[in-house]
Amino acid sequence: MKMSSNVIKNFLSKSSTRLYPFEVRDPFDACRYELYNDIEECIFCGNCQRTCPSQCITVDKTSGVWDCDPFACVYCSICVEACPVHCLHQKKTHREPATERQMIHMQGTPPQPKKKAKKTQKDDNHESNA
Amino acid sequence: MKTIVPFGPQHPVLPEPIHLNLEVENEIVTGAIPAIGYVHRGLEKLCEIRDFNQMIQVCERVCGICSAIHAQCYCQCIEEMMGVEVPDRARYLRTIWGELHRMHSHLLWLGLFADSFGFESLFMQCWKIREKVMDIMEATTGNRVVISVNIVGGVRRNLDPEQIRWVLSELKFVEEGVKSVEAALLEDYTVKRRLKGKGVLTKEDALLLGAAGPTLRGSNVAQDMRQLGYAAYGEIGFEPVVEPDGDSYSRNKVRFRETLQSIELVRRAIDKLPEGDISVKVKGRPEGEVYHRVEQPRGECVYYLRGNGSKNLERLRIRTPTFANIPPLLTMLPGSELADVPVLILSIDPCVSCTER
Repeated sequence: MKMSSNVIKNFLSKSSTRLYPFEVRDPFDACRYELYNDIEECIFCGNCQRTCPSQCITVDKTSGVWDCDPFACVYCSICVEACPVHCLHQKKTHREPATERQMIHMQGTPPQPKKKAKKTQKDDNHESNA
Repeated sequence: MKTIVPFGPQHPVLPEPIHLNLEVENEIVTGAIPAIGYVHRGLEKLCEIRDFNQMIQVCERVCGICSAIHAQCYCQCIEEMMGVEVPDRARYLRTIWGELHRMHSHLLWLGLFADSFGFESLFMQCWKIREKVMDIMEATTGNRVVISVNIVGGVRRNLDPEQIRWVLSELKFVEEGVKSVEAALLEDYTVKRRLKGKGVLTKEDALLLGAAGPTLRGSNVAQDMRQLGYAAYGEIGFEPVVEPDGDSYSRNKVRFRETLQSIELVRRAIDKLPEGDISVKVKGRPEGEVYHRVEQPRGECVYYLRGNGSKNLERLRIRTPTFANIPPLLTMLPGSELADVPVLILSIDPCVSCTER
């Protein structure tokens, strides 16, 4: 009987749930969903691969390939914070349901040989600091 | 005539798998033998292949419901080991997110508990209130449950004044919501009939069997790890919630009052929130041994870490509150009716994934 006042209030007030997927709430500013990479700006340093706790990112410097397994990703955004050129971002929307398992595969331009020498130095420095 | 009735591992009332062989005589339980190990994942062993920074994310996944507090405990261990002084603001922010986690865990439990004695509308009502807390967490950290804000040396996210105002206004709704179910949870005739005097755990038994958290405080023992004053608890003032009777109703009341207390603690922490950095840069690698305790929604959680100066830890040992609460559960069950068993099992708030890691 003590619940009656709540039940009546709920009857008279508007619904607490949404008719998803027809009605979707605006995402919060801070939210972090699907990972994507501005592949043109990526320098393939591999920082994201090294810091990722779930090891879902694979970076191949020689062929310029950046792969991510969204099913292993835990959406912690540690890679986003570790990226030195800020080319990694997280979208504000979830991935759509799909019938096929879709991986994130991105093909970019591998770094030029001139820049390559500089980057290996940077990488060496980073490793020695760590 | 004695009969053995298997209870679980899959049962409508259990959110996670735990098995009990109940010895029953004329519908009255005379004994119980527990069996756990259905969701063991070997997370402790992972410390040998993940570095100490990546282990934060692993520790968060020991338990989904109290993830922030697991990560907080792990980070505090590493900080103690490496002699890192955490900025004041980070300590307060950890307290705020920790208490939000306690709030949503207790609201989840109050709902599940209501469901266990067949009060479906109360279950829905509690989870409706919980949704507000989840929104606060998503808006301030980016994720709903596993918020992953703790890092060694501080926290990763900050609260700006506008967010703080919004959080305080949302907390008002949460408080109103929690108070609106108070009468149904604590004074309703049928609820009292199902809970009063059921599964009594005396103060002596609770201390002897090493009960933890609300199970212990429901038996009139004022023991809460937050009294140690870790994070900001020493500065914002904290008094444990205690109930004298030791029955299911007492444990229910402790958790209900703790939900309201958590709202108050968040307000106090926001009131005193100091300005400044939210993290410090940490150099070096962990070496030595550390033992640390924090209070989770379910009770005392113990972390033991041993580092050898390399980037991987040598040993990580986690002792979770549900593990401590299983022996008290076995003393509560004998003498109860078979129909009360689901309610009694839920009254200790079992988190089986935590227990088995």
